[in-house]
Parts: sequence; structure tokens; C-alpha cells
Amino acid sequence: MVEHSYNLYLLLSAILFTIGAIGVITRRNGIIVFMCIELMLNAANLAFISATGIQKALEGMIFVFFVMTVAAAEAAVGLAIFVMIFRLKGTISVDEMNLLKG
Amino acid sequence: MMDDLSLVMPEVVLCGFGLLLLLIEAFLGEKSKSLLGILTLIAASSALFFVLRLSRLNGEAFFGLYSLDPLASLIKGLILVILVLITVASIRYVERENAIAGEYYPLLIFSTLGMMIMVSTTNLLTIFIGVELMSISVYVLCGMFRENVRSAEASLKYFLLGAFASAFLVYGISLLYGSTGSLDIRAYSEAISAGNYSSVLMLGVALITVGFAFKIALVPFHMWTPDVYEGAPTSVTAFMAAGVKTAAFVTFLRIFYTAFLPVIKDWGGVLWLIAVITMSYANLTALVQENIKRMLAYSSIAHAGYILVAFVTGERSLSSSIIYYLFAYAFMNIGAFTCVMLMERKGEENLDIDSYAGLSGKHPLLSLCLSIFLLSLTGVPPLAGFMAKFYVFSTAIKAGYVWLAIIGVLNSVVAAYYYLRVIMYMYFKEPVKEIGEIDLSSPYFLVVFICIFFLLYLGIFPRDLTLLAEGAVSVFF
Repeated sequence: MVEHSYNLYLLLSAILFTIGAIGVITRRNGIIVFMCIELMLNAANLAFISATGIQKALEGMIFVFFVMTVAAAEAAVGLAIFVMIFRLKGTISVDEMNLLKG
Repeated sequence: MMDDLSLVMPEVVLCGFGLLLLLIEAFLGEKSKSLLGILTLIAASSALFFVLRLSRLNGEAFFGLYSLDPLASLIKGLILVILVLITVASIRYVERENAIAGEYYPLLIFSTLGMMIMVSTTNLLTIFIGVELMSISVYVLCGMFRENVRSAEASLKYFLLGAFASAFLVYGISLLYGSTGSLDIRAYSEAISAGNYSSVLMLGVALITVGFAFKIALVPFHMWTPDVYEGAPTSVTAFMAAGVKTAAFVTFLRIFYTAFLPVIKDWGGVLWLIAVITMSYANLTALVQENIKRMLAYSSIAHAGYILVAFVTGERSLSSSIIYYLFAYAFMNIGAFTCVMLMERKGEENLDIDSYAGLSGKHPLLSLCLSIFLLSLTGVPPLAGFMAKFYVFSTAIKAGYVWLAIIGVLNSVVAAYYYLRVIMYMYFKEPVKEIGEIDLSSPYFLVVFICIFFLLYLGIFPRDLTLLAEGAVSVFF
């Protein structure tokens, strides 16, 4: 029974991860891209928590806390970068980031 | 507990200095610029002192979350030397470009701390924290020139793609944990040899590979590299090319050679293909680059491909060639980028290869130094770049990957064209444009001479480093 529900949770996390990954590739607004990355991280969290249930070890739960902390740090840095870009260019659309190419 | 702390002394010292530097800037403000640089040097050298003192030790600390072994000590030494060189080169650069020193130096330190953490552990949780500490610091460093649109854009691109790669890494770790119930990479090799080839485990291996391929910049996960290397401040580019790549490669090596070696044999084909595509694509694209930072970025992708040649073989005993390559590569790149820093002026001028035309007439010493680095990148004896390529390709041949070695050698011939083109411009072309005054101050040249010394030393007496590297990779047995 536990095994069965673990597979379901894993499937859900895989779906969330895929939605996030597709969003990163298709969406053009920088902040939405970042939200999609957060979705991918949360998919990983879900996989960790459901795995903790089946593996009877606590490391997975602890990992989730670290992922959340790192995601918060990433958000702080990322939003600062978005503000910097918006001040310089007036947009945070990923399509407008075209000064550097070749 | 006390023993645990004594094992992590280098990291503790570095972290303490990083926090101290943030405070000093807060209290002293603008006056403290050169003081911060000197304090960073002190931080790096005292951490280096502790690394050397602990270098003979083997041990684990904090319930297996942290482990010290010869590989970790050797790479930590290299990373700290990289920090020293970048700091010395930055002292004048930060002043010239008017960057905020109070954030620049602490971020360099924290990023180095992340690298040190990620190379000295066998636990994926610690590796993840190290990778993130390194990456997040470097995202900010890339955007250090807040007024410069290119720098900001580089920072945004690196941030988005880096965070994307981290998500792959974390998801891969979660799948590995789900299928084995452990975060220690040594447990995976046991699980695999016990016959656990479940699809969840394999997917985890694949996702971790993708995550690291982003950090190391292997084709097809390299898209960010040229843009970020071009837009970031040149000192940060040098730091990324040397430090971030070394740390990421060593961690990748440790994960694979400890845990997934049976899998490498199965997946040899895929990694083989990635190595070939990485080398060929990067070298062919570098041929047409007009911006020297961009050219060096493609060259760094190509070098990652060469290192992957030795990686693909999965020969634990021969993996010392990878360590040797990383050493040579770090010194060549820091040297070349320091020369670029010398040439460029505020606002990132003089970055196109045309500005290098006729440089030897005006600045013979600078052109000579840059030529040495480019020749080493090409792989000309007696410089370390030659020995590095020699070891890597002979590893491939010894392991039976003859075609891979041949493709690698052909690629280095192609690469010779774009490296030698810069040398040709410097020596045989008339100047085409006014490049203005060049700041030929001593910190830059100190870095350049140290790099040249190491390149010659490692190239002429490769045995010393090879022995160290062989001792280091013995941790995989």
C-alpha cells in the first residue's frame, strides 16, 4: 500500500516538475520563469517527502528544509537582479535580453 | 565535536573572514577598498595554511556530512590559489571599474567557500549546499557592474539558467534518495552493484548529470556560457572559468567515480557523444568570434570537452589526468583573462580581437605573456597545456577509446587556429585602432608571472603534480 502511494506521489511530483520545466522554456516574463523554477524545486520537495515515508529515514525531510532555504536565498538574489534589469532596460522580458549574442 | 571543528578549519577561517569583510565595509565605507583586498589575501592564505596542515589527514566529520581526503585537500589548495590570484588581479581592476569592493571581495570568499564545501564531502546534501553557495555568490558577482547593461544581462541569464540547472540537480537527488534511502554517494555504488537498476535510480543519475553539465558547460547545456563570460566583469569571468569549473568538475568526478561507475560503462555512448559534440561545436564556433572574452568562453567549453574525454573512459586509476588538466587549465585561463583585463579599459573597451593588432610594438612584455598563455591553451610543449592534453588523450588510448583521442587531437588542431590568430594579430599586423593608455601596474603582472611560472613548472616537471593527483584519485578505490 505504502509502495503504491509512493508511486502516485512520485508521479505527481514528476508532473509538477515537467510543468515547471516547460514553463521555464516557453514563458517569456522573467518572474514567471522564476516561478516555474520554484515549481520544479517544490516538485523535488514533494518527491523527498514521499520518499521519506517509504524509506523510513529522516534525511529526506531535512533536505526539504535546505531546499526551501536555498530557494528563499535564490529568490532574494533573483528579485534583486530583476529590479536591476528593470531599472536599466525597463523590461524583464527574457526576449529582450539580446545584447550578448553571437 | 572538537575534532570535527579542527577538520573544517579552512572553511571556518574563510567564512569568518567573509563575514568580517562585510562588517568592515559597513563601518569604513569607501575608504576600505584596498584594505578589503589585502584582508581577502590574508583570508585565503590562512585558509591555505590550514589546508596544508590538514592535507595528510583522512577523516569524516559531522556524522559523515563532511569528509576530508587527499582529493579534497588537493583541490581545496588549487581553489584557494585561484582565489589568491583573482584577488591580486582584482585589486586594481575593482578600483578602475569602480565596483563596490565591500560586496565584491566577500562574495568571492563565499563563493570559494561553497566550492571548498562541495569538493570535500560524499553527502549529496552538503554537495547541494556547496553548489548553491557557490552559484548564488557568482550570480551576484556577474552583475557587479550595476550600471552596465551587459553585466546585468549576464547576471540574469546566469541566474535563470543556473537556478534551472539546480532544480534538475535537486530533483535528481530526490529520485536517488527515493530509490536507495540514502544521501551518501557511497551507498549508491552498493545499491547498483547489488543489482538496483530501477528506472527511478537511472533517471536520478541522468538528472544529476544534466545539472552538472550545466555548471561545467557541456554542449548542449552550454548556451549561457558565452553570454555570461562576455558580460560578466573580466575578473569574475576568470574566476568562473577557473574556480567554478574546477569545483564542479571535481564534484561531478567524485559523484560518478564513487557511485555510478557501472553506469558510466553502460552510458559510455552518451557521454562519448557529449564529449565529441562539446569539443567540435565549441571549437568551430570559436573560430568566428571577434570578441576575445567570447572566444575564450568557447575555448573553455572546448576544454571541458577534452576533460570529458578522460572522464568517459571510467578508468579510476587514470583519472589523475583529469586533476592535472584542471590545474593546468586554471593557470592558463587566469593568465589569459588577466591579460585581457590589462588590455581592456573602463566600460569594457578593447575587447575585440582587432584591438590586439600590432600590440607587440607598443607592449612587448604583455604580448609575450599573452602569447605564452595562448600557446599553452593550444597545447604547445613545454607548457602545462601540452602535458595536460597528452595525459588526457593517452588515458583515452590506454582505455581503448582510440577514436575519441583522435577526434580530440583533431579538435586541438582546429583550436590552434583561433589561438594563434590572436598571436598573429599581435605580432604581424599593423595597429588598426587607438587602444589608449594601458594600466601596466604590478598586481596584474604579479598574477601573470605566477601563472607563467606554474605553467612552465607543471609542464617541465609534471611528475610532482602527477604523483599528488594519483594520490588524490586513490580515494576512488
